[in-house]
Amino acid sequence: MALKIVKGSIDRMFDKNLQDLVRGIRNHKEDEAKYISTCIDEIKQELKQDNIAVKANAVCKLTYLQMLGYDISWAAFNIVEVMSSSKFTYKRIGYLAASQCFHEGTDVIMLTTNQIRKDLSSPNQYDTGVALTGLSCFVTPDLARDLANDIMTLMSHTKPYIRKKAVLIMYKVFLKYPESLRPAFPRLKEKLEDPDPGVQSAAVNVICELARRNPKNYLSLAPLFFKLMTSSTNNWVLIKIIKLFGALTPLEPRLGKKLIEPLTNLIHRLVITLHRASVEKNVCLIGLVLPIVCVCVCVSNAVLISLSSGMPNHSASIQTVPHCLYVSLVTVKYLGLLAMSKILKTHPKSVQSHKDLILQCLDDKDESIRLRALDLLYGMVSKKNLMEIVKKLMLHVDKAEGTTYRDELLTKIIDICSQSNYQYITNFEWYISILVELTRLEGTRHGHLIASQMLDVAIRVKAIRGFAVAQMAMLLDSGHLLTGNMQRNGICEVLYAAAWICGEFSEHLDDPMQTLEAMLRPKVASLPGHIQAVYVQNAAKLFATVLQKHEGATDSQAAQDTSQLLIERLPLFVQSANLEVQERASCILQLVKYIQKLQQKDVEVAEEVSALFAGELNPVAPKAQKKVPVPEGLDLDAWINEPPSESESEDEKPKAVFAKEEPKQSRARHIEVDEKELARRREARKQEQANNPFYIKSSPSSQKVYQDAPGVEHIPVVQIDLSVPLKVPGMPMSEQYLKLEEERRQKERADKKKKDKKKKKREKRGKGKRDDSGPESEEDITPAHQVDIVTEEMPENALPSDDDDKDPNDPHKALDIDLDKYVPSAENTLHKVTVCMLHAEKQGDLSITRHFLVFLVPLLVQKSLKNKKKKQKKEKDEKKKKKRHHHHHHHGDGGGGDSVQNGTVEEEEEEEPLPVSRFLPITEQKNTVYDIQGNLQDGSQVVVSVIFENKSNSFLKSMEFNVLDSLNSKLQRPEGASPHDGLVVPFQLPPGVSNEARFVFSVQSIVMPQKLKGTLTFIVKSEDSSTHEKLDFKLHFTCTSYLITTPCYSDAYAKLLESGDLKSSSLKLEGLNMPFHHLLARICFHHHFSVVERIDSCASMYSRSIQGHHVCLLVKTVSS
Amino acid sequence: MQFMLLFSRQGKLRLQKWYVPLSDKEKKKITRELVQTVLARKPKMCSFLEWRDLKIVYKRYASLYFCCAIEDQDNELITLEIIHRYVELLDKYFGSVCELDIIFNFEKAYFILDEFLLGGEAQETSKKNVLKAIEQADLLQEVSHHEACIAPSGNAFLTQHSSFLIHEPTLNSHILITRNMCS
Repeated sequence: MALKIVKGSIDRMFDKNLQDLVRGIRNHKEDEAKYISTCIDEIKQELKQDNIAVKANAVCKLTYLQMLGYDISWAAFNIVEVMSSSKFTYKRIGYLAASQCFHEGTDVIMLTTNQIRKDLSSPNQYDTGVALTGLSCFVTPDLARDLANDIMTLMSHTKPYIRKKAVLIMYKVFLKYPESLRPAFPRLKEKLEDPDPGVQSAAVNVICELARRNPKNYLSLAPLFFKLMTSSTNNWVLIKIIKLFGALTPLEPRLGKKLIEPLTNLIHRLVITLHRASVEKNVCLIGLVLPIVCVCVCVSNAVLISLSSGMPNHSASIQTVPHCLYVSLVTVKYLGLLAMSKILKTHPKSVQSHKDLILQCLDDKDESIRLRALDLLYGMVSKKNLMEIVKKLMLHVDKAEGTTYRDELLTKIIDICSQSNYQYITNFEWYISILVELTRLEGTRHGHLIASQMLDVAIRVKAIRGFAVAQMAMLLDSGHLLTGNMQRNGICEVLYAAAWICGEFSEHLDDPMQTLEAMLRPKVASLPGHIQAVYVQNAAKLFATVLQKHEGATDSQAAQDTSQLLIERLPLFVQSANLEVQERASCILQLVKYIQKLQQKDVEVAEEVSALFAGELNPVAPKAQKKVPVPEGLDLDAWINEPPSESESEDEKPKAVFAKEEPKQSRARHIEVDEKELARRREARKQEQANNPFYIKSSPSSQKVYQDAPGVEHIPVVQIDLSVPLKVPGMPMSEQYLKLEEERRQKERADKKKKDKKKKKREKRGKGKRDDSGPESEEDITPAHQVDIVTEEMPENALPSDDDDKDPNDPHKALDIDLDKYVPSAENTLHKVTVCMLHAEKQGDLSITRHFLVFLVPLLVQKSLKNKKKKQKKEKDEKKKKKRHHHHHHHGDGGGGDSVQNGTVEEEEEEEPLPVSRFLPITEQKNTVYDIQGNLQDGSQVVVSVIFENKSNSFLKSMEFNVLDSLNSKLQRPEGASPHDGLVVPFQLPPGVSNEARFVFSVQSIVMPQKLKGTLTFIVKSEDSSTHEKLDFKLHFTCTSYLITTPCYSDAYAKLLESGDLKSSSLKLEGLNMPFHHLLARICFHHHFSVVERIDSCASMYSRSIQGHHVCLLVKTVSS
Repeated sequence: MQFMLLFSRQGKLRLQKWYVPLSDKEKKKITRELVQTVLARKPKMCSFLEWRDLKIVYKRYASLYFCCAIEDQDNELITLEIIHRYVELLDKYFGSVCELDIIFNFEKAYFILDEFLLGGEAQETSKKNVLKAIEQADLLQEVSHHEACIAPSGNAFLTQHSSFLIHEPTLNSHILITRNMCS
């Protein structure tokens, strides 16, 4: 009976496979969440079972739930379990789940390394394939580092199926672990000529992606790709290659010439296909054909730039592209526009002739099309058509429904007009009125953009100031911007510009008094604080102007009225909650009060008041500050005072008065204060306020106070009728300008003709026309006024560098590696010694560096001792095992040990590649010292000798030494052994005995430090039992390990320095307090240098790398 | 390619594949936003749209939207072609595929995608090769199932549920898409 129940329940559990789950979810539409939560409970039960089939089924269901948006990260470990199943069916499900839900933050990823490695070397190609696919989704820097070597081996697998995947995944590995690029690159290059087209296309894919980011490193591959391009028939590959050439051609103009022929052939072929194909019927064909046309055009443009001459065949493709625009298929239309934007860069004329077509696209229902068309317009404008295009755009602004699109239009209008320093604007009055018209847009986010344009134009174009000021005064006066929800309405930003312009250039105002009054309306108080602040400040400027106007006039009443007005209105701002407004207002209020006193005494004050605001403000370029060159001898990174210690600064930060750099932190601190504390403080504050006679208790809002104040009623508040059309009365419409401009041009033309007739003999004014596509050339359009566009100021001798736009976080930056050369850089090794390092670079190319030479590798063994003791054993105290490993190291480093105190103790030492003595906390029992000796031997490998010393009381046997190979260094194993096999140490160690074993490594590059992880496994045999133990360690190959102590005479040394072949770099170190001769001895001993000459506290040293690089070192101590 | 999403007209996600590491929260946010934007577009509109700093390429096949995000420099048309190629592969594999096939055999859909794309790049342009690889892997799966069945501890119920490949009759009656919609 019981058995039946159990069996039944098992059956039921099994019953719910993925299909059932999906069906169940579909049947429970109303209470989906509830149903799924019961399902998840079931899944949890299933995961607890031992049967892997059940687990896999559960994981499969979880993967489905993950897609529906449920968190399944809790099952990560189970996923790893399913991944490691030996059955492909389950493995596949496990890897799928992992690829869907693992990411860099998933901690179980660390557990997968060995499993993945096992799967990668599986004899079944589909196991390998599934592992590669999974890895491509969740590869982390750690995984990339550990598995790079395995994947690289797979790149030359016998099966193309694996090769293809391995090649593609290398790109992901490069991104995560850039160091792997250099060693993997030769093999990747080989794959370009792989017999299998799939592998070939994968290699092309990877190299194209790499080259797109850092094209210059891949120029040497151009001939190979050229061959591929002319021979390949695969369109996918062709597209990639052409794209790659697009990136390479700008760097190598000669390449462009070579490309013309094959590309024109290609274009011809494609254009013919394009014409033949009935476009409506076969989108797919266009889909493949058009990109090639686009890309070809793109490349040939680059060609054209280098040749600076037209290409007849080129026009064929240009003809074809607009042809597509007439097709009703939107997609093709989009592509046509896209292609046009590429052509536009070099052939603006051929695109400009399609202006109407493009303008029509602005009417399209599809936003994507409209945005593309807008992009095109940006490049199409000229002096001649700017006004017309903008007029069309303004119409669209009126019609546009969605705010996003309208905003996009607005920014585009401004972009178009302001591009290349207002190059295309002939009439700035027109531009100002366009800007003013744009202020009618409600709810736009780009108020500040309009404002900054207004400011920019008013400041930089002096001739326009009078007009601008009149317009701005009108804006201030009309008050339509003050309506509506101020906080939401971004357009009120415009008032910022308006107020500033009116104030700063108030001499142009017709009626400053009226503007002043407009600026001090009570409604202004509802504007955002920073705008109010500008209002207040500029009211003062206006005040100064008014005073100056009335100065000397017989009746001083007008001036006094002005003062009175200010004194009446300013208190409103004094009460503002905004600190800036308050401060400015109260300052100015006092000033005005004082002036009023003087006025009553008939003192002439105008001169002095306007002196407050005298002087011209010059525009400064936004990057000017950055471009100020750092004066010689000034180190901005140097500390002026000693930097405070870490822990102190932590505490002091909130106290600092100008703790500007850490606002977030201080805020976080505030949050930390708990509710109770807050309540207590609040109470205390209230108490304090109640007792404070100067504190105004919960008063009505400031505005109300003001409105109750006497003498306000007479202020005329403009009532705004919301039903009136948006056209602001009295404002000039930009359209008028269009007409005027047309007339003006017509007249000019007519005048010119007359002149030409009169003075036929005289040469035309035009100095060489650039554009004669229209009835009148660009040159002939003269600006309406003489405009002087003031350039923005830059500091003297500003640095011309303009590369501050690069994103430092771009992962591709790390892949910018010169692949044709090995550039040795040994600096990174000697980072603790005060050195001035002169590095010799012996023109070593790939082949030389590849030569393996014999050298000495001092190792630092870093180990994390893991010693598991069973509890029973612990009880027998006398049988405590003291297992000690003694690795010899001629640097005499201290080491870690093992513990017997508790069940499991893990000790991990910090990696410390430097030969500075280090003493770890050592207890009597577990003192482990190790020492390593390197040896020089013949051949192409490095020999590492390790001395093992048994310090425990037990017998150690069956030791196996294994190291995880990196791309650069590999442990040499006997032939036929797999790369994961360990090497047997050929001896056993009785207690207290030491012996030396040698291991051979092959090393590729000696210019980078290397860390190799390894394990030593052995059997500990005590009297009554034997246990298997493991010891992890790290081998550290530093760059100086590859140096050989070589004596050098001072004259040879001097010659070497004079030769100029040396590259140099220096670094400075602080906190060294050992005697100088000790320091030298250390450098000589640990880094294999020899002293050439020593004078006082300065020494020159020399060494040679095993590959013959000269390394010269100047060590200096600076007494401080 | 940065990621690929498949979702229904009702906005239900049917398949997602991310080639960039993102947190679940971010993925959800992006998915929600994109599904909304794409669904709001009318059928006559073009297949491309600019979204944040990415380009979105999407195409609707019957009730299912296939949506890919690519970087600025990537080629929209290849992406469109990739989508189409993927649909063709699904179609070949399932035999006139419909949304339900993908719902009920979503892991198969993933396997096909994984054979076709790797790390966001097309790994195999030949349809035949992709299908061959999938078939062989399935065969392997069948074999291993078979082994599991004859294993001494094997229970009979395993055989009942091993055949992912066999369509249930209910599924076939639901088939909505036909080939002409795919081309």
